[in-house]
Amino acid sequence: MTQSSNRKHASGESPAWAQEMTQILDAYKLAGGDPEALQLPKVATLVINTNHILAVHEIPGVVIHAEPLENGVRADITVEPNTKVEQPIHLCFGVVPADGVQDIIANYEIGENATAQFLAHCSFPNAVHVKHNMKAHIHVSKNASLTYTEEHFHGENGGVEVYPFSEVMVDEGGQFFSTFALTRGRIGLLSIDYQVYAAANAVVKMTTKAYGFADDKVKVNEVVHLDGEKARGLTLSRVAVREHAVSQIFTTMEGNAAGARGHMDCTEIVRGQAVAHNTPLVVVRNDQAQVTHEAAIGSVNQKELEALMAKGLDEDEAVDLIIRGMIR
Amino acid sequence: MERILRIQNLSLTREGRKILENVNLVLNSGQVHALLGINGSGKSSLAYSIMGCEGYSPDSGKIIYDGQELNKLSITERARLGITLAWQEPARFEGIPVGKYVGLGLKKPDRQKVINALKAVALPAKVYGYRSADKTLSGGERKRVELAAVYAMRPRLAILDEPDSGVDIISLDDISRLIRNLAEEGAAVLLITHRKDFVDTADVASLMCAGTVIFTGDPHETRLFFEKRCIPHVEALGTQPWNESLPEVQAAFASNGELRSSNK
Ligand SMILES: Nc1ncnc2c1ncn2[C@@H]1O[C@H](COP(=O)(O)OP(=O)(O)OP(=O)(O)O)[C@@H](O)[C@H]1O
Ligand SMILES: [Mg+2]
Repeated sequence: MTQSSNRKHASGESPAWAQEMTQILDAYKLAGGDPEALQLPKVATLVINTNHILAVHEIPGVVIHAEPLENGVRADITVEPNTKVEQPIHLCFGVVPADGVQDIIANYEIGENATAQFLAHCSFPNAVHVKHNMKAHIHVSKNASLTYTEEHFHGENGGVEVYPFSEVMVDEGGQFFSTFALTRGRIGLLSIDYQVYAAANAVVKMTTKAYGFADDKVKVNEVVHLDGEKARGLTLSRVAVREHAVSQIFTTMEGNAAGARGHMDCTEIVRGQAVAHNTPLVVVRNDQAQVTHEAAIGSVNQKELEALMAKGLDEDEAVDLIIRGMIR
Repeated sequence: MERILRIQNLSLTREGRKILENVNLVLNSGQVHALLGINGSGKSSLAYSIMGCEGYSPDSGKIIYDGQELNKLSITERARLGITLAWQEPARFEGIPVGKYVGLGLKKPDRQKVINALKAVALPAKVYGYRSADKTLSGGERKRVELAAVYAMRPRLAILDEPDSGVDIISLDDISRLIRNLAEEGAAVLLITHRKDFVDTADVASLMCAGTVIFTGDPHETRLFFEKRCIPHVEALGTQPWNESLPEVQAAFASNGELRSSNK
């Protein structure tokens, strides 16, 4: 275990390091991150460019172990039991060059009764041919709470392929709240695959937001297994596609135990030649479980549109405002 | 007192059903004009027709605003001429903060105007300004936000569709004051309401029945007439006297000595 409050740099503070750090922080900013937060002593951080670990900063109760792989980094992040992490733990994963492959293998262990927030930014600002694979294993222990927010920026070329895969185990009474947002710049190809297992009294809420255009492709596959009694699950999908973009949202909610309650809610706004798909799948294996879903796919809601136009906005301004609000 | 809106023989059919028939109505700047009528009599439909909502463009008749015929204009164009509408059940917006929503109709951003408009409906900007105008607002809160947005715009014609329904008794005074302020600042206010006190404090009132305006006159008189004659009539019929019985209903009204004719 590393010492607490120890700011470590894998390659020291050489000029090369400083240059790379500046580049990744610029990229980080483009993805919506706040570089200043990375400098605060109370904020745990991990900064990675391709397979270079540029900064690791631990705080009491938060242990970060990172090691380079051939094409990326393996990171183990542990929040010790009973720790209440006050400031979000900041993660920055990026590929600054135009080409590259990045594999991130991440294990998150949230100890019993611990509470933590993660703020992850993934940025590929110059990407022409970049492939980012993320394999995450997340364990939220009994009565622990994890809020995980991930924002992406894929640049303006559309040359990024991103494959986030997560397996999440939420133990009894645990909470897992996640938000994945890709709403600035191009998407390229995004293929999300989340498998979540919720034990008794666990709460799961997953939000996905994306705005695709040109020939962007968004594919989301989220499966929530409500395995424990009174487990609760909610998936919110908010996607807008325009021009020739395509979105495919598959969500599955399984009610496998008494008192389990699940809901899937999908809104996709389609403009121009874009195509949106939504397939909610409901599986119920217990006669005291209940799963519901709702979806609205297509144009923006007429009533919302008219309410904004009655304030003097023209139709395009109104649609844009509705989309921006939805994916905010 | 300037005549800002004149509706002439307006008729509207939706899905093969007559919703409005030969509506005639005049609105004056600086006046609150109450519009009464039982559920389904066509009040909201008339409001949507004036605003230019989809599916509410009239089959015949004219809406003339400030000397200009509105029929061909979009909602946006009408709004930019100074017409706006507070919906009976306002839409909900994910991710649009209340403060931003209230300021949408302003020509240029003005924080103070937004704060003042929220204050006028008794919603402190500190508490509500950054909340989303979404499903998490209660029905009454959402209606007050809608009114604040209309108020901030300082429209020349404000159509308020039941701004009082679902609003608590304590806030009703604020809303009543807001409506009066709008008129005092020169707007014409078309106030659709079921509340006695809101009708009685209006400057003029009209009564709608079966898709048409059957009477316009003194607010108190109009309300008494509505209560004494309109409601029992509907009860007697068991339903609203739609198309076929309309002439009969109008004849009944016309035969009442106390009645004035509608303001054609
Ligand atoms: N698309 C439609 N097709 C058929 N009938 C419709 C349609 N839209 C509205 N109506 C009917 O038009 C009539 C007038 O409705 P409107 O909403 O204007 O009434 P209102 O006077 O505002 O009633 P309330 O006091 O309940 O708000 C109602 O009978 C309603 O059912
Ligand atoms: Mg109505």
